[in-house]
Amino acid sequence: MNPHDEHKEGIGGMANPGRYGIERVAYWLMRLTGLGLLGYFVAHIYETSNILKGRVGWEEFLALTQTTEGHIFMTLVIGMCVFHTVNGIRVMLGHGGVGVGKPARPDYPYLPASQNARHKMGIYSAIVLAAVAMMYGMAVMFGE
Amino acid sequence: MAQSYEIDEKKSLTSKVVTLRIARFNPEKDSDTKFMEFIVNVEKWTTVLEAILDVKQHFDHSVAVRYSCRQATCGSCGMVINGKPRLACFTKVSELQSEVVTVEPMHNFPIIRDLTVRFDRLFNTHHKVKPYLIRDDSEITSNTKEFLQSPEELEQFIQFSNCIKCGLCNSACPTMATDSSFVGPQALAQAYRYVADSRDKGKDTRLKIIDESHGIWRCHFAGSCSQVCPKGVDPAMGIQLLRGYMLGFRS
Ligand code: HEM
Ligand code: SF4
Repeated sequence: MNPHDEHKEGIGGMANPGRYGIERVAYWLMRLTGLGLLGYFVAHIYETSNILKGRVGWEEFLALTQTTEGHIFMTLVIGMCVFHTVNGIRVMLGHGGVGVGKPARPDYPYLPASQNARHKMGIYSAIVLAAVAMMYGMAVMFGE
Repeated sequence: MAQSYEIDEKKSLTSKVVTLRIARFNPEKDSDTKFMEFIVNVEKWTTVLEAILDVKQHFDHSVAVRYSCRQATCGSCGMVINGKPRLACFTKVSELQSEVVTVEPMHNFPIIRDLTVRFDRLFNTHHKVKPYLIRDDSEITSNTKEFLQSPEELEQFIQFSNCIKCGLCNSACPTMATDSSFVGPQALAQAYRYVADSRDKGKDTRLKIIDESHGIWRCHFAGSCSQVCPKGVDPAMGIQLLRGYMLGFRS
């Protein structure tokens, strides 16, 4: 290690969701789903651009989504979409200072008011809704 | 260097044995951190700092650790204890519920030696947000001889003036983990402390300072800062309230 090293925790520490409760897990999932959706968005533009190859090209490509792998991929996209949207609304409210508690004289054991049940409920709702949407999606896709 | 040493001077009928693993690193000499293990006897009330001081007293005096008040007031003994930033004097070994206690220097602070880190960046970012009342007159020149404030006005910021500059929040923050220029939760919480003070007139100046690319907008509300703060400052709350104000959600 260089003597002038800043000793930053690095990407490993930033992405480690284990130590700081559900809020840090939500932070991590938000990044992961944001990047996943970005990846999907690029792939989606590429996929839909197949229409330029005419009906045959389009249908050939679309057939990929009708496979088991395609269904699993789409299920993941549904989950990412729902979690990212619901948690995104929670994060936007939080960033606007909504539901983060009021300043008050802290007392032992100093539980932070910003890490409150309302925001935790928001995170759990995002996870549960994503799971329900994924199950519904699977039922539709695999139930054909 | 992962040797094991036993100190049994503190053995008693109620004591328990734990392994204390101390990170040893001297940036001027070593290429890597090595852990030294010590077998220590602790009571229910023994703090991690006391265990480290036992090691210094009975076995290896060269372990570098910074401490002063031993009562969570000076903010000197922040370190990573079993993976999380905590004050060594404010953490009992028993509350960790582990037979092994690993102590490492705080992340996101350059290491001086072993458990001791440099605070230059924290003090600079703290100073950057102008942590003092900004106004043209002074208490001496005003007619009342002091700037009056109601108890309600005091409640708006008193929580945030509990900050002891221990740096635990900056060590836990996921943005600090990768961004060398981020102003950090400690300084942002202090920006809120002064913006929310009814005696202060420096709001615009202060908001301009934190409204930059490595300023307040880098906070993603992960809340880890608030979870590790030993004084209940809740930097995450201050930051969101400040941002709500800047975005026009709050007045
Ligand atoms: C209604 C839909 C959406 C909402 C409400 C939403 C909301 C948000 C919010 C609030 C953030 C900031 C999170 C933070 O501060 O940590 C964010 C980040 C992000 N979003 Fe979305 N978003 C939506 C849709 C999308 C879509 C469709 C994409 C992809 C094309 C996307 C990609 C991203 C990426 C890459 C990030 C950055 C992740 C990070 O830095 O942690 N989002 N979104
Ligand atoms: S806000 Fe809390 S954790 Fe951060 S420096 Fe101040 S007292 Fe320490």
